Amino acid sequence: MTMNLAININPDVMSHADLTALAGEDIHVYSEDFSIFYREKEAIRKANLAIPAGKVTAIIGPSGCGKSTYLRAVNRMNDLIPGCRAMGKLYFDGEDVYSPLVDPVLLRKRVGMVFQKPNPFPKSIFDNIAYGPRINNGIKNKSQLNAVVEKSLRDSGLWEEVKDRMNENALSLSGGQQQRLCIARALAVEPEILLMDEPTSALDPKATARIEELIGELRGKYTIIIVTHNMQQAARVSDYTAFFYEGELIEFSSTIQLFTKPKIKKTEEYITGRFG
Amino acid sequence: MKLKTRRILDHSFSGLGFFSIFLLSASLIIVLAPIIIRGLGAFLFKGTVEFRRFSYEAFNRGNKDEILAEVEAAQKYREPVYRLLADFKKQVDNGEVPNSGQYARDLRELKEQVHRLLGPAPGTEQPVLMRDRYGETRWDMARETLKRILFIEKWDYSDPRAMGKKVLAPRVSEYKGTALEKLFPYLEINFENMMRPRFTFYWRFITDTSFDSHMLGGIFTEVLGTFYLVLGTMLFAIPMGIIAAVYLAEFSRPNSKIVSLLRVFISTLAGVPSIVFGLFGLAFFINTVKISGSKSVLAGSMTLALLVLPTVIRASEEAIKAVPGTYKEAALSLGAGKLRAVTTVILPAALPGILTGIVISMGRAAGETAPIIFTAAVSVGKPLNLFQTLTQPTPALPWNIYNLVTEHEAVERIRHVQFGMVFTLILLVLLLNLAAIIIRARISKKLRG
Repeated sequence: MTMNLAININPDVMSHADLTALAGEDIHVYSEDFSIFYREKEAIRKANLAIPAGKVTAIIGPSGCGKSTYLRAVNRMNDLIPGCRAMGKLYFDGEDVYSPLVDPVLLRKRVGMVFQKPNPFPKSIFDNIAYGPRINNGIKNKSQLNAVVEKSLRDSGLWEEVKDRMNENALSLSGGQQQRLCIARALAVEPEILLMDEPTSALDPKATARIEELIGELRGKYTIIIVTHNMQQAARVSDYTAFFYEGELIEFSSTIQLFTKPKIKKTEEYITGRFG
Repeated sequence: MKLKTRRILDHSFSGLGFFSIFLLSASLIIVLAPIIIRGLGAFLFKGTVEFRRFSYEAFNRGNKDEILAEVEAAQKYREPVYRLLADFKKQVDNGEVPNSGQYARDLRELKEQVHRLLGPAPGTEQPVLMRDRYGETRWDMARETLKRILFIEKWDYSDPRAMGKKVLAPRVSEYKGTALEKLFPYLEINFENMMRPRFTFYWRFITDTSFDSHMLGGIFTEVLGTFYLVLGTMLFAIPMGIIAAVYLAEFSRPNSKIVSLLRVFISTLAGVPSIVFGLFGLAFFINTVKISGSKSVLAGSMTLALLVLPTVIRASEEAIKAVPGTYKEAALSLGAGKLRAVTTVILPAALPGILTGIVISMGRAAGETAPIIFTAAVSVGKPLNLFQTLTQPTPALPWNIYNLVTEHEAVERIRHVQFGMVFTLILLVLLLNLAAIIIRARISKKLRG
C-alpha cells in the first residue's frame, strides 16, 4: 500500500510526538493545532498528531480526555453534535477534513467506523453488509453483491459462522459476532482507514480476544485507529500509541516505547495506574 | 416505615389498580354487549318466506322452484285471510252488517296491517314503494305486526287520579257476531304456515345495497362510503404526517423557536373539536378552494386527514425518536446522506410505531361523524365508483347511524338495520385496532431478530 503524503510534518508543531519513531512511515492522518469545542468547552486542545498509514495506532487516556472526540473528528461524526466546532487543521490523505469544500458524506465513504456498542441494523445479515455497497456504489447485481458480502465477511472472520444464515436478522447474532459484523459492514465500503471507538468495551473477554485477533489480521491492509480505555489492549494490538489527557495530546510514540520508556511523567503515572 | 406497613400499602395499591381495571372492563362490556347482541340481529334472524322471495327477486338468490313452491304453500294458508276480509268488506259496503259505519275505519287499519304482514294481496296492482311489495321479512317483526292485528291499543282512564294506562284489548271482541270473527283465531293458528320462518344467516347484509331507504336490503353503500373516506384520509394523512414527523425529529434544529411554535400548533390542532374541522372543510375546501362543487368524498377525506394529522405526526415522531441513535450513526459512517439514512434505516426501524399511529387514525377516520356532515355525507345515495369519489358525496356508517335515528320516518321498523350499522362500525374499528396490534407485534419481532 502506498500513500502519498501531501503535507510535511512540521517538527516544531509536533512537539511531543516521537518523530523519529515515524521515520520511514507514510502519514495518513495528520493534525496541526487541532482543537474541538463543544460550545465553550474545549474538548481537544491544539492536538498535533501524525498517524502512519497501514499501522494500528491506539489512542489511550482516562474518560473524558477527548480521545473519542479526536477519532470522531476524522470522519466528521462530531458534526451531529449541536454546538460542536473545530479549529486548526486536520488532514486526511493530505486533504483538509474541515475545509468547507469537503463533503462529509463523500469523506465518510473512505473512512470506516466501528462503534463502542455493536450496532447492526435490524435487517438481515446480508442486508447489513450490503448496505454500504448498495448506497455508495449503487450495486444492485445480486452476484456482485454476493461477492462483496462474502469477501467482507471472510475478512472479518465471520464467514464460516454465518454463511448458512445470511437471511437471519443480524440482531440474532451474539455480541461479539455482531461487532465483527459491524467491522465487515465497514470493510464492505472499501475504506482506506478504519476508526474503532472502544470496539470491545461491550464484549466478553473471549469475543474481545477474537476482535483483537481480527485487528491483527487487518494490520497492513488498512490504517487503523483504535480508541481504548484498556491499556493492555493498546499494548497488545497497536504499533503506535497516543496518550491524551484532559484534551491534550501528552505523548505519542511507538507502543513499545510508550509503555516501557515513557518520556513524560504524566504518561508514566497513567500507564502504571496511578490515576485514570 | 415498618416492613409490614409498607407491604400493606403496596398490596392496597395493587388492589386499587385491579379494581379500576375491573371497573373499566365491566363498563366496556356493559356498553358493547347490547350493541353486539342487537347488532348481530341484523345478520342472524329468522327470515320469513317474504325474505326469501325478496332475496330471489332483488338479487336472484336461491332456488327459483323451491321459492315458488314455498310461496305457493304459504299462499294456500293466506287465501282464507284475503277471502274473509273481502267478504266482510262487501257486507259492510252493502250495509248488510248492523252499524257498518263503525267498522269502516277499523277495517281500513286492519287491511293495512294485513298488507304489512303478508304483502300485497294476489291479483292487486304492484305497489310503488319497495317496502309495500313484500310482507314482513323477519319473524320478530312479523310477530309484532300480528300483535297489532290481534289487539287494539286502548287507554284506560278509569282512575282519574292517575295517568291513562295503555291496555291491549283483543280486536276479535270488536267483531263479535260478524263474519270476520273467524279471521283472528285463524291468523293465530296458521301464522307459522303463512310466514314459514326459517333460521337465516344474512352475511350479505354488509355487501347488499339498501332498498327503499333501508326498509329492505343491506348497508353496502354506507360500508363502501366509509371505506372510501378512510382510504382517502390515509392517502393525505400518511405522507404528510410522516414527512412532518421526519422533519421535526431529524431535520429541524432543536430549540428553534419556529419549531416549538409548530409543535404548539400541532397540539392545538389535536384539541380542536371535530365539528370545527367539518365547518372548516366546508368553508375552505368546498367554498373557497372549490375542489368539488358540493360535498364530496374528496373534500371529506381532506377534512378527516386534517383531523387525524396530529395523531399521525405525534406517533411517527415518537417512533422515529425511539430509534437508537447508533443506527443513524452507523448509516452515516457508511457514507449515507441524512435523507438516505432516514429512508433506509430510521423509517424501517420506526415502522411499528408509525403503523400503530396510522391504524389508530384509520379507526378514528372511520368513526368520525361531525367532520363529514358538511363535507362528504348524505343520507341516501348509490355506491360510488373510484372516479365518482372526486365529485360526489356518499352515505357513510357514522353519519347514517345518526340519520336513521333522527330522520327516518319508520325507524321503529328498521331498528335491526340501525344496530347492524353500529355493530359493523364497531367491528371495523376493533378489527383495525387488532390489525394494528398484530402488525406491530410481527414487525417488532422481525426487527428484534
